[in-house]
Amino acid sequence: MATLELQGLRKSFAATQVLRQIDIALADGEMLVIVGASGCGKSTLLRLVAGLETPTAGRITIGGRDVTGLDPSERDIAMVFQNYALYPHMSVFDNMAYGLRIRGLSRGDITRKVEDAAALLGLEALLSRKPRQLSGGQRQRVAMGRAIVRDPKLFLFDEPLSNLDAKLRVQMRAEIRRLQRRLGVTSLYVTHDQVEAMTLGDRLLILHEGTPAQLATPMEVFERPADTYVAGFVGSPTMNFLPGRLARDGTAVQLDAGPLIPLQGRRSGDAVTLGIRPEHLTLGGSDLTLTVDLVEPLGSETLLHGRVAGREADAITVKVAGAVTATETVTVGVQADQAHVFDAGTGKRIDPLGQ
Amino acid sequence: MKDRPDYLAHAVLILGVVLFALPVWLVFAGSTQDSDAIMRGDLSLIPHLSNLSVYKRVLLHGTMGTEPVWHMLMISFGMAMAIACGKIVISILSAYAVVFFRFPFRQVAFWLIFVTLMLPVEVRIIPTYAVMADFGLINTFTGLWVPLIASATATLLFRQVFTAIPDELVEAARIDGAGPLRFLWDIVLPVSRANIAALFVILFVYGWNQYLWPLLVATNQGLDTIVIGIVKMIGEETQTDWGAVMATAVLALVPPVLVVVLMQRWFVAGLTEGEK
Repeated sequence: MATLELQGLRKSFAATQVLRQIDIALADGEMLVIVGASGCGKSTLLRLVAGLETPTAGRITIGGRDVTGLDPSERDIAMVFQNYALYPHMSVFDNMAYGLRIRGLSRGDITRKVEDAAALLGLEALLSRKPRQLSGGQRQRVAMGRAIVRDPKLFLFDEPLSNLDAKLRVQMRAEIRRLQRRLGVTSLYVTHDQVEAMTLGDRLLILHEGTPAQLATPMEVFERPADTYVAGFVGSPTMNFLPGRLARDGTAVQLDAGPLIPLQGRRSGDAVTLGIRPEHLTLGGSDLTLTVDLVEPLGSETLLHGRVAGREADAITVKVAGAVTATETVTVGVQADQAHVFDAGTGKRIDPLGQ
Repeated sequence: MKDRPDYLAHAVLILGVVLFALPVWLVFAGSTQDSDAIMRGDLSLIPHLSNLSVYKRVLLHGTMGTEPVWHMLMISFGMAMAIACGKIVISILSAYAVVFFRFPFRQVAFWLIFVTLMLPVEVRIIPTYAVMADFGLINTFTGLWVPLIASATATLLFRQVFTAIPDELVEAARIDGAGPLRFLWDIVLPVSRANIAALFVILFVYGWNQYLWPLLVATNQGLDTIVIGIVKMIGEETQTDWGAVMATAVLALVPPVLVVVLMQRWFVAGLTEGEK
């Protein structure tokens, strides 16, 4: 159990800067989920912490010990890979025991540790099987087991669930979280799946082109996204963005599409982007008139896709509870207290003054 | 599949079997027959089983003043084993270096190995002889196999095999704390054992069939391989003991066939067991 600190971490491959400046500190037992689109540098960040890549600049400290120059095996970490990376010729037992054997543990200790981990993961019956005789979920568990037996200071997860089918993914997601809580091991978890990120993390780090866009708890990221990138990344369906200008001394947004949307509080700025999540639009309001072009019933709720009347560029999605009969044009209202305002130029969030 | 027997397919298969098996059968049948009959072209397809003693004769005493066949088989077997094992060990080590290590001139090293593929053995046989002479290895058993144990082809093959090992496996082993030699021994070799077995078969047969090099380097009769022995037995045409020659040829077939059969079991097992 340990803390993890990254200070001024940078990584470039030749002329390409992959990570620009990462400073994070993880508390003991905390689980930080790193999310971002592919190519944002999230896997590189994980590999730097693992010691599989060498940082161009910066320091990595695990449990107060500077590990920047150390080999992966000396860092006291364990990693779970996307394709599990089980040794195909070894049994489940040997896969888990391999690292311990190299460390020179006694035979009795190894057997005890592997059996404990197997019991924890429900793998007791599979110990003598080879990886190819296991299902995807079982392989995933073995990969977890291999990480657990080493009793590491830090768990690293590299998109461990993305090779599983949807149902199993939900199940394993919960299992990973329970296990991590129970063992209390500080963890870094890389994913591109925002649902995984929201449910697993104590905190989220959203990476955008090698720079941290926001580092906060999942709810904070959802409720107060730091910029339009984060706002668009977290939440499903994606947040709607409408261009406009602050009006009425900053208490409303004059949309380019025409309507004036009142806000809560007063903000300073000029050209802005109004962000509003699909679930915060209500049918029957009078703020926007929508031309509906697609209705998607999801059972408990319905998605309406449409465009602001007269503005082809402004696509809008509305999420409504229950079933809706499709109509060509609907009017929707914006829940003013749920609207987000971003600077149109920088994309940064603009909070009401005095808050 | 279809229930009806496919006559055409069977006919083609039978033709193939006959084409391949008939010459071998002819040699076996010939080995039990009288030399004069063979000389007259009077070769019967039915072996004279009473004459099987010719095998015992060549095996223990040879013919026309050659070494006994058992001795030549031993020399050939030793040489083929040494060549096959040597080639595999050297190729694995060099391919391992080329694939898993980053060192200056790595590509140059690989291309230098690759270029030697383009030089046929005959081109470098005189310089090789000179080198062996300087080492004092002419007419020694060591001289028979040492120059033949480097193989660009095998290196190339293992390079392909190693390149196909997923990066994650390498990284998982690094995190587990396996050093380079441990990784080679514990992961790379077991994962590629099917390829090693297949290559061993090919290289053993290659070594067994060597003719030109043993002919040059070993003039001492005690170092005659079975291939050289057969050629020597044929000697002057009129006096050739054809029955003995054919018996020796059949005996010369046995070890490579055994190697193929035994190793085949092993590498089929490897093929079905390996990989995810």
